[in-house]
Amino acid sequence: MGGETLLGTIGIFVSTPDSNSPQIRQQGSAMPFGNTHNKAKMNYDSDQEYPDLSKHNNHMAKILTPAMYERLRSKETPSGFTLDDIIQTGIDNPGHPFIMTVGCVAGDEETYEVFKELLDPVIEDRHGGYKPSDKHKTDIDPANLKGGDDLDPDYVLSSRVRTGRSVRGFCLPPHCSRGERRAVEKLSIEALASLTGDLNGKYYALKNMTDAEQQQLIDDHFLFDKPVSPLLLASGMGRDWPDARGIWHNDNKTFLVWVNEEDHLRVISMQKGGNMKEVFNRFCTGLTKIETLFKERNHAFMWNEHLGYVLTCPSNLGTGLRAGVHVKLPNMSKNAKFEDVLKKLRLQKRGTGGVDTAAVGGVFDISNADRLGFSEVELVQMVVDGVKLLVDMEKKLEKGQSIDDIMPAQK
Amino acid sequence: MPFGNTHNNFKLNYKVEDEYPDLSKHNNHMAKVLTKEMYGKIRDRQTPSGYTVDDVIQTGIDNPGHPFIMTVGCVAGDEESYEVFKELLDPVISDRHNGYKPTDKHKTDLNFENLKGGDDLDPNYVLSSRVRTGRSIKGFTLPPHNSRGERRAIEKLSVEALTSLDGEFKGKYYPLKSMTDAEQEQLINDHFLFDKPVSPLLTCAGMARDWPDGRGIMHNDNKTFLVWVNEEDHLRVISMQQGGNMREVFKRFCVGLQKIEEIFKKHNHGFMWNEHLGYILTCPSNLGTGLRGGVHVKLPKLSTHAKFDEILTRLRLQKRGTGGVDTASVGGVFDISNADRLGSSEVAQVQLVVDGVKLMVEMEKKLEKGEAIDSMIPAQK
Repeated sequence: MGGETLLGTIGIFVSTPDSNSPQIRQQGSAMPFGNTHNKAKMNYDSDQEYPDLSKHNNHMAKILTPAMYERLRSKETPSGFTLDDIIQTGIDNPGHPFIMTVGCVAGDEETYEVFKELLDPVIEDRHGGYKPSDKHKTDIDPANLKGGDDLDPDYVLSSRVRTGRSVRGFCLPPHCSRGERRAVEKLSIEALASLTGDLNGKYYALKNMTDAEQQQLIDDHFLFDKPVSPLLLASGMGRDWPDARGIWHNDNKTFLVWVNEEDHLRVISMQKGGNMKEVFNRFCTGLTKIETLFKERNHAFMWNEHLGYVLTCPSNLGTGLRAGVHVKLPNMSKNAKFEDVLKKLRLQKRGTGGVDTAAVGGVFDISNADRLGFSEVELVQMVVDGVKLLVDMEKKLEKGQSIDDIMPAQK
Repeated sequence: MPFGNTHNNFKLNYKVEDEYPDLSKHNNHMAKVLTKEMYGKIRDRQTPSGYTVDDVIQTGIDNPGHPFIMTVGCVAGDEESYEVFKELLDPVISDRHNGYKPTDKHKTDLNFENLKGGDDLDPNYVLSSRVRTGRSIKGFTLPPHNSRGERRAIEKLSVEALTSLDGEFKGKYYPLKSMTDAEQEQLINDHFLFDKPVSPLLTCAGMARDWPDGRGIMHNDNKTFLVWVNEEDHLRVISMQQGGNMREVFKRFCVGLQKIEEIFKKHNHGFMWNEHLGYILTCPSNLGTGLRGGVHVKLPKLSTHAKFDEILTRLRLQKRGTGGVDTASVGGVFDISNADRLGSSEVAQVQLVVDGVKLMVEMEKKLEKGEAIDSMIPAQK
């Protein structure tokens, strides 16, 4: 299938059926030969390959014109991730009932550069007009958070902060091989095993978990789902499950790390009640310690001054941070102004099962809506201040009072 | 699963044992055959279109086992897969197809006149008869691997070919993506519509990408002949009708199939076929004839008889529920079809179904009268 056109342009192995050593090997660019298939697709015109996005409603579908597709379809990152790899999840998932999905993923750090033409506008749409020239500020110094230790526990049932981290030198979950994934797991286990004190803990590999361990982790709300969401599966993140996936948590069950789910690492600090300050303290301390351990092993986290922390989904760029509470707002949530208040506070609501779920018993998951363009401290501050106000509003409504005089301005 | 393994060269930086999949909990043909040594030997290969061993086996890694059937656990991405990855696929084929050897030759016989009988299965028991097969079109990669451009080209060719048929084959093509709700409902009621793939066996192999783009169904006006385009294979060709006249079903099947093949050949896109593997299809289990000839038959007594499974084995038949593979039987009605695909011809396989079902209906009738069937138990075919 057009072998002659491929030689000299990409480094490929071509082997004939009766030999087990490579016959022809071209060291050209660093392109792996798997993109033989991408090259084969070039035999078809761009409009023959351009996806049908007519019924689609996600960020990718709004941006990817036929002309853009034509310009980008011959490109590949050094590890071989192509445009079709990026957008497959958005083609296979035309829309979502509750949220505007992104519809594209990165396969490695370089994706965001090689495919800027698509991803910059997606990022801009998703992150409130963030421009290609903008700089992102990282601040994980918990001392900079004001207050946050006194959210009313009669209303705020639990507090949680999570983020993701990608380990430099490896491809991301949509694209990584088993060898890479296992290497990420091995590094993670080493790093996490060296944590001490409040952060002393244990790693549970998904594939060796006993039923009892599994049940306990589910009851603790720690266990992550075997991916069933087509958003994840269509991008290849479910491959080889449960190989090299696992969960680490500290003995106190207030700090945990997911390995090789949607991102290389997901780091979570959580506890009952409304002391977000304590949660955030532990979050920052733990994260900083982990980052140091990875750096010592020559595998720092992916980060740059434009996009902040680089993660699989463009929606999580910047801080990758979602700080939230489970809070009882039965009156407030029925108030006509609820959505408007959330918007002004730059907060978002979810059901208590997380994204894709509905609220149960008037209890909502309220968290920051932004990820990029604000620092970690700023985002958690918005949650702390915003939830405090929402609880005040709830109390007023309970007493039959109006909330008009405490409506916030747009943050 | 998209082209997630496009960076095969990168993976060669990792040792074989780091890349070799964990198959310790697996029970499928691929897992039984693929040793670490074999993996090490073939992992740097690719077919001309770029299909690699990890592509071949991904579905078998992601689906460790199946409650009812021994799954194959690997797929082909193009015609050349069966050659480039012979080390793996030959033993899988041998295991799956009763010891079929790399040197064996497969016989194709689509001459319906060679079938004996088959027009008189008792319609009080045999509710419906059906024959299906698959065909792959030369010059295109297969559903786990093909691009949108290829899939659409296949659809275009297929629509041209199918809408040029006349006589009893005259019909209409319904692309999945522009089907009305009414059309969809009708096709479901006719038992024609194929599922949006939810089976992880298919989705993990990448066959559902870009759904429903390039997919559709053609059926004749009489609703006795239909073709699925771009589901698990490029084409699935089905002849079916109520009642027990398998002979008529098979005749229509053969005639229609040959007409279609002629048209594709004229466009320089014949079907993938070779004298060793017969018709080349996506799943190694469908090589050879790709044919499943079957009936829905009422066997409430025989199916609860202690020797039912053994009888089926001896007759070289297999049972399924009336929803097809992965379903259970309802009301004593079973889907009974040939178990073999490779190493025997189409006529031979349909003959087994015709003869075997005839016998089983007779057994059912005996059991109804409270008589024994021991003297009727067949020898191993």
